Amino acid sequence: MSTLAIDRLIDDPATRIIVCCGSGGVGKTTTAAAIGLRAAERGRRVCVLTIDPARRLAQAMGLTELDNTPRPVVGVTSETGSLDAMMLDMKRTFDEVVESHSDPERAKAILDNPFYQALSSSFAGTQEYMAMEKLGQLRAQSDRDGTWDLIVVDTPPSRSALDFLDAPERLGTFLDGRFIRILLAPARGAGRGIGRIIGAGFGLFAGVLNKILGAQLLSDLAAFVGAVDTMFGGFRERAEATYALLQDRGTAFLVVAAPERDALREASYFVERLEQDGMPLGGLVLNRVQEVRAPELSAEQCLAAAERLESSGESPLTVSLLRLHAERLRNAERQRRLAQRFTSAHPGVPVVEVIALAEDVHDLEGLREIGDLLAGQAS
Amino acid sequence: MPTSDWPDVMLHVVSGKGGTGKTTVAAALALALASGGKRVMLMEVEGRQGLAQLFDVPPLPYEERKLAVAPGGGEVWGLAVDPEEALLEYLELFYNLRRAGGALRRMGAVDFVTTISPGLRDVLLTGKAVELVRRKDKLHARPYDAIVLDAPPTGRITRFLNVNTEIAGVAKVGPIRSQADGVMAVLRSPRTAVHLTTLLEEMPVQETADGVAELEEAALPVGGIVVNMTRPPQLDAADLALARAGDLPRDQIERAVVAAGIGRDPQTVVDALVGEAADHAARVAVEDTERQRIESLGRPVYELPFLSSGIDLAALYDLSRMLKDEGMA
Repeated sequence: MSTLAIDRLIDDPATRIIVCCGSGGVGKTTTAAAIGLRAAERGRRVCVLTIDPARRLAQAMGLTELDNTPRPVVGVTSETGSLDAMMLDMKRTFDEVVESHSDPERAKAILDNPFYQALSSSFAGTQEYMAMEKLGQLRAQSDRDGTWDLIVVDTPPSRSALDFLDAPERLGTFLDGRFIRILLAPARGAGRGIGRIIGAGFGLFAGVLNKILGAQLLSDLAAFVGAVDTMFGGFRERAEATYALLQDRGTAFLVVAAPERDALREASYFVERLEQDGMPLGGLVLNRVQEVRAPELSAEQCLAAAERLESSGESPLTVSLLRLHAERLRNAERQRRLAQRFTSAHPGVPVVEVIALAEDVHDLEGLREIGDLLAGQAS
Repeated sequence: MPTSDWPDVMLHVVSGKGGTGKTTVAAALALALASGGKRVMLMEVEGRQGLAQLFDVPPLPYEERKLAVAPGGGEVWGLAVDPEEALLEYLELFYNLRRAGGALRRMGAVDFVTTISPGLRDVLLTGKAVELVRRKDKLHARPYDAIVLDAPPTGRITRFLNVNTEIAGVAKVGPIRSQADGVMAVLRSPRTAVHLTTLLEEMPVQETADGVAELEEAALPVGGIVVNMTRPPQLDAADLALARAGDLPRDQIERAVVAAGIGRDPQTVVDALVGEAADHAARVAVEDTERQRIESLGRPVYELPFLSSGIDLAALYDLSRMLKDEGMA
C-alpha cells in the first residue's frame, strides 16, 4: 500500500483543484476544510467550497454570511497564503447563472417562473449541478485575476458518491432532451409525428402528466425552457465543460471513506468510475481509524493478563484498562481487514489514514490537527 | 415477553443520517416483528441493493421474495422497489398504459419521472408502501402483518413522506387526487411510525433533532429513536473522571502491569493504557451529552450495540432479539 502524500499534493503549484468525494457521514467536509487550511498555511491561496458543513464548523470558518461568495477565514497564519471559504447556496447559484446570461427583463421572467423555482430549489441533481457550476465560476475567476491558486471542493451528501458525476449530465440531458421538446410542441405532435411513434399512448401520457403536474406547470416548463434555450447554448454543454475541467491534470480527486464496509464499497465504486472516465485520482483518505497505542501488546496477551489480575484481586482499574486496550486492538484489526480488501482490489491507489478523534472538529485548531494527521505527522 | 410499544403500527418507516446503519436497523426490526410466526415485508427504495448485501442473497428484482425466516416460524420478505417499474405499474393501475412503457422510455419520459423529478419518484415509492399496507387477498386477509420501509435519509424523509400533500395541491379531483389523499391518510395515521436511527455523535444527533421537528411540523407520526452502534463504557464513572483529568494512579497501574508481566517496558505500557483511557473518557463524555440530547426529544429510545465482528445474518438475529426485548417490536 502506498501512502498518499498530502503535502506533496498541496505544495505542487500544478494542483489547482482538489475534489473530496465519498458517501455520506465519512467526514468529507472536515477533510476538505482541513486540506484547505493546511494548504493556505503552507503558502497557497486557497478557496474552499463546502456544501453542507456542520453548524459549529461553519461558524469556525466564518461561514455565517450566506451570500454565496467566498469570504476570508479569520485566524489563518500564513505570510503568503490565504484561505477563503464559502458555502454553496444552490438556488442563488442558479439565479446568478440566469442573471449573468440574460438581460434583466428576461432574467426576471425566468426567476419568476414557477417551474424554475421548483427546479432550482428541489430537483434531484440540482445541488450537484450547481456545485459543478460554482466550481467552474471560481476557477474562471482565479484564472482571470489570480485570486486563488487552489480550489478545494466538498461534494454534496448524495446517496451515492457517483451522483456527483452523473447528476449534472442527467439534468443537462433532460433540459436539452427530446422529451422536453415533445412536451413543448403539443400542436406539432398532435396526430402527426409523435402520434406515429407511440400512438394514442402519448396523448394519454401527456394527460397523466397534466393531471399529476398540473397543466399550468407544463406551460411554465415550456416557458422556462423556451427562455433558457436561446441564451445559454445548452445546459449540457455547460455540464460537459465542467466535466472536462475535472478531467484536467490540475485536478485531484480524493476519495474519502471510513473503515466501514458500506463506505469502502462506495469508495471502490468511485475509484473504478474515476479510472474509467480518465479522472485524476489523488488517493483515498481513510477517516476515523481506531488509534492503538502500544500495538505490540496483543489482545490475547492483555485479556490473559486481565484475567490473572482479576483472580488475584489486584487493581481492578488495570483490569479494565487492559480490556479496553484489547477491545481497541480488535476494532483496529477489523478495520484493517476492511481497508485491506480495498487496497488489494486497488493496489495502485495511495492511502492515508486519519485516526478517529473523540470530539467533532469545530475550530481551526482542530482542523490543523486533522491536517497534521493527513500529512502523516502525529500531533 | 415484553409487549411492543407499537401494537397498532403496520408501516414502520426507518430513516437516519447516512452512515448510521438504517438498513441494518430496518432489517433487524423486520426480523423482530416477524418473530413468533408473523410475515413482514422489508422494502427498500433507494436502488442500492442494501438488503441483498445484508442478507447475502443475489440482487433483488422488483418482485416480492422471501429473504429470511424469523425465530418462531415468521418470515421476512424483501422488495427492492425500482422507480421505473413502479411507474409502469402506476400507469397500468390508473390508465391501463403499460404497453406505452417502451415508447415512454425511449423518449426519456421515464427518466424524467424517475430520476429528474424526485417528487414524482417519491409519489410512486410511498404509493407502493401504502399499497402493501392496504393489500388484502381474496379472503380479505392481509398478506403481511407489517411493512418495514428502509427509507431515504433523515434530511429528506419529511419531504419524501409528505410529497402526496403537494400532489393534492395540484390535482383537485380525479384518481390521482384520491390516490394522494389515501396515501397521506395512511402515512399520517397511527398505523404508521417513522423511526430515526442515530449514533452518539454530534452531527447525527443534530439531524435527528431536526428530523423530529420537521416530521412533527408536517403532522407525520414520529416513532422511536434507535441509537445504533453503542459501546458501553469500559471504566466506571469515577475512573472516567480521573482519566479525563489525567489523574489515573500511574503507580498502581504500573505495579499491576509488572505483576501481570506484560510488555518489555512497564512505563511504555502505562503510558499507552493511560492515554487510551483518556481517549475513551473523552468519547464517553461526548456520548453522554448526545444521549441527553436524544432523551430530551421525548421519544422512546432503543439502543443497539456496536458489533465488532460486523453485520451478518447471525448478528441481525441478535439485534432483532434486542429490539424485541427493548419493546420496539
